[in-house]
Amino acid sequence: MQQTLINYSLYLADNSLILAQRNAEWCGHGPILEQDIALTNISLDLLGQARSFYQYAAQLINTDNPSATPASEDSLAYLRDVYNFRNCLITELPNGDWGQTILRQFFFSSWQFLLYQQMKLSSDQTLAAIAEKSLKEVTYHLRWSSEWVIRLGDGTEESHNKMTKALEELWSFTGEIFEPAPFEKAAVEAGFGIDPVSLKDAWMQKVTEILQEATLTVPAPRWMQTGGKEGKHSEHLGFVLAEMQFLQRAYPNATW
Amino acid sequence: MSNVTDISTRQVWELLEAVTDPEVPVLTILDLGIVRDVKVENGTVTVVITPTYSGCPAMDVISMSIRMQLLSHGYKQVNISQVLSPAWTTDWMSEAGKEKLRAYGIAPPNPTQSVCSMELFADDEAVQCPHCSSWNTRRISEFGSTACKSLFQCNDCHEPFDYFKCH
Repeated sequence: MQQTLINYSLYLADNSLILAQRNAEWCGHGPILEQDIALTNISLDLLGQARSFYQYAAQLINTDNPSATPASEDSLAYLRDVYNFRNCLITELPNGDWGQTILRQFFFSSWQFLLYQQMKLSSDQTLAAIAEKSLKEVTYHLRWSSEWVIRLGDGTEESHNKMTKALEELWSFTGEIFEPAPFEKAAVEAGFGIDPVSLKDAWMQKVTEILQEATLTVPAPRWMQTGGKEGKHSEHLGFVLAEMQFLQRAYPNATW
Repeated sequence: MSNVTDISTRQVWELLEAVTDPEVPVLTILDLGIVRDVKVENGTVTVVITPTYSGCPAMDVISMSIRMQLLSHGYKQVNISQVLSPAWTTDWMSEAGKEKLRAYGIAPPNPTQSVCSMELFADDEAVQCPHCSSWNTRRISEFGSTACKSLFQCNDCHEPFDYFKCH
């Protein structure tokens, strides 16, 4: 039970952290200042959510293993290697252009919105509290990214074409989110986790509604990429971690 | 004993009046409504705070400021803990705080009924310009210089301004 809760918390943390890191790459590079700030604000919210989940995981790990070197939010973020990260592959993909970054954020926020709505009622009080807090933030993320998907899809010929290409790039990475990993099944069985399968229809409905308004075509069902939840990642995650973890790896325990 | 505890609890609340938000320095942490509880037991002070936004970097600075303020007034044992639920809302901001924000040039948060809805492309709240008091304003961006603010511009006096968004 405890190990399941640890794994589940790490999964939620990893998703938020890796997407936060990817979005933060836009800092100073956004198409206009206001939207650069918007995306980095979202990045910061996700980082905060990741911290809450890591702090909880660290606390559980330390209760389980009082004699070991204590885990912390920092050790979990900075000192685990690729195969220990459980984030979905879509979060680690390179940003692509602005349209692709926006579309990924929209897919991700649509999922988080549904997830946190359920998790707010989780039997685990800490997970429920993090979800309650985060849901308010994710509402802004979802509205902002929905508006941008529509604006770009139903915009100029160029923006429409770029969104069509982004959809093609990303679609096969959306299935993994709803494919339950063993630790998710265990978490559902233990009573505190949310079954990802139960979110799929509502997610599809939301995505269809927004893509249609954006004059984009919902792709036909296809073979989906999986593996991230089991630590089998694309080559991209190693590069993300190399940049993110460099300082702590090179100068252990360095602080500001 | 209970009297002594009551007095020191009140003292701690009074001391917290002097701790300000590093990003919006006109606001004290009591104005913001982020201090949820204060307990004094056997010389140990416990202050329970709640973050405004999950990733708000000011929270670490605020924790440190609370600790320094209490230490410098003789409280040697200080615990600061964070709670997430119930989630912070701008409803907890004091009226005095809202007035201070306005005077500082930041539009204070509206009442709760106008909190972020899922309606797309809609200005879901009317925000008053803190400079000329006009209600004829428009939102430039949902997100501003800190997590708690969005960007507006006044259509009458044309000044851009921050809005401490309803949350």
